[in-house]
Amino acid sequence: MLTYEDIRPSRRGLLGLAAAGLAAATLTAPARAAKVATKARIVIIGAGAAGTAMANRLIDRLDGAEITLVDARAEHLYQPGLSLVAAGLKPASYTLSKTTDWLPSGVRLVSEKAAAIDPVAKSVTTEGGTRLDYDFLIVAPGLVLDHGAIPGFSLDMVGSNGIGALYAGPEYAAKTWDAARKFTEEGGVAVMTRPTTEMKCAGAPLKHAFLVEDIASRGVGAGKYEVHYAAPQGALFGVPIVAEKVRMLFGQRGIKTHMNHKLLSIEPGQKRATFEKTEIDSVTKTEVKSTVEIPYDYLHVIPPQRAPDVVRQSGLSWADKWTDQGWVECDQKTLRHLRYPEIFALGDVAGVPKGKTAASVKWQVPVVEDHLIAAIEGREGVETYDGYTSCPLITRVGRAMLVEFDYNNNLVPSFPGVIAPLEELWISWLMKEVALKATYNAMLRGKA
Amino acid sequence: MKELTLQTLIAVFEEMFGRGLFWALVAVAVVVTGLYLYVLIRDRALSMRKFLWAQLSMPVGAVAAVVFVQKITSSGFRDIGGPIDVVVVLGIATLGAIGMAILVYTAQSLFRSKHG
Repeated sequence: MLTYEDIRPSRRGLLGLAAAGLAAATLTAPARAAKVATKARIVIIGAGAAGTAMANRLIDRLDGAEITLVDARAEHLYQPGLSLVAAGLKPASYTLSKTTDWLPSGVRLVSEKAAAIDPVAKSVTTEGGTRLDYDFLIVAPGLVLDHGAIPGFSLDMVGSNGIGALYAGPEYAAKTWDAARKFTEEGGVAVMTRPTTEMKCAGAPLKHAFLVEDIASRGVGAGKYEVHYAAPQGALFGVPIVAEKVRMLFGQRGIKTHMNHKLLSIEPGQKRATFEKTEIDSVTKTEVKSTVEIPYDYLHVIPPQRAPDVVRQSGLSWADKWTDQGWVECDQKTLRHLRYPEIFALGDVAGVPKGKTAASVKWQVPVVEDHLIAAIEGREGVETYDGYTSCPLITRVGRAMLVEFDYNNNLVPSFPGVIAPLEELWISWLMKEVALKATYNAMLRGKA
Repeated sequence: MKELTLQTLIAVFEEMFGRGLFWALVAVAVVVTGLYLYVLIRDRALSMRKFLWAQLSMPVGAVAAVVFVQKITSSGFRDIGGPIDVVVVLGIATLGAIGMAILVYTAQSLFRSKHG
């Protein structure tokens, strides 16, 4: 019988191994630059993903700076989790924490809404009348969901009458699942919509359609339900190669698409949604608009989205772009305001193409940090943001496509050759399900 | 991911399990591995009998690890979508198998009389 007498580990060998491990760990710890001494007053409007991550990073880099966060909300929302809540995969509490849980000591939190910004006098005034003068301002208040823009719809309908609206927050996402679950158990017609404006995470309406279809296929079963996807855009996704892939998947799954359909109003009593359909007349080549009514058993509403009033009224918005939405005028690569160099925009409110996601924030924050600290030190920053956005596009409970892209619609996979961006994979689902919130939290703390 | 450093990974794992549980799990892994090395050095040989039991337990550890991951992520074997997914399943199974084998071997060495 074979014995393993020749395998004789020694104490010395073991100690050597431990020493080598320790040396490796020391080597991989990144060298931290000395803190920059400054008396700069930095005001950050918004304690969401961007504002919180920024505050944590600045505290680590600056010594003596006066950093003030302005946000009235006591709750911090993990918004990437809302699609999971609205599909019954996570409870509403999964997305909830306290704003103060994430703030470093040394940052002052003013728990009030910012009411006015004066970019000339360099001051922010809160609703309570507190005036905060700044040397640098970071505008990161997020965006506003304009639910009032859809006649017939109001938030109190969510969860009953077959109406869902998962963007409206954790509680509404959970109610959305109440309405969606009924559809997946009883069947009928589901209608998914999208607004004409820019929006948070343009993949979320697709995820909701995919998830509801998947759950219905396992629930009520084939032949007893239909899923329709209606959007005012001409394509299913902003990145053409992804749009084509989604078109193919919708085809395979039997999800019917209605492109160039803008949700005008709903009649909850009759369970009927009215859309404005835009077509190009084949003879005159002009736009022809008509009204289309689609009956539904389940309707998912995503309202138009705009910059908060405080931003739109302060003269920080683009004058010639997104005039109905008011996103902050800033350089695409540095997120610095084009007219007020001491102002930066971060997150949803930034007037850049694409990128209203937490993944964008993760890549934007270090860029703004670099340029802000460079400005304090009297030099030019070097980091640039290329429009990176990531979307774990869930296609089934258990599968997703890890789609990552930039301003130029190029796919920029993090794991090229290993995780294929346009394949429905379990590993991409695992990332969304297990690693994403952890990465998000680490980002909030300025650690990722 | 922009930069995947050891520090980032640790931060992510801390958030995934909670800081306390993560370091407790690391401690358990280190202690079990340490005990395994300890019994190897103490006995100055691998015991074939204990190793046989350890080997027999490996498939159990492999299946348990895969089912555990599927359970906590609401997914199943139907979600395997490409080659990398097969690699991930095999990886999880391998880790489960090795972990179980080390655990079983160490437990026997520590708690069974020395006839093995």
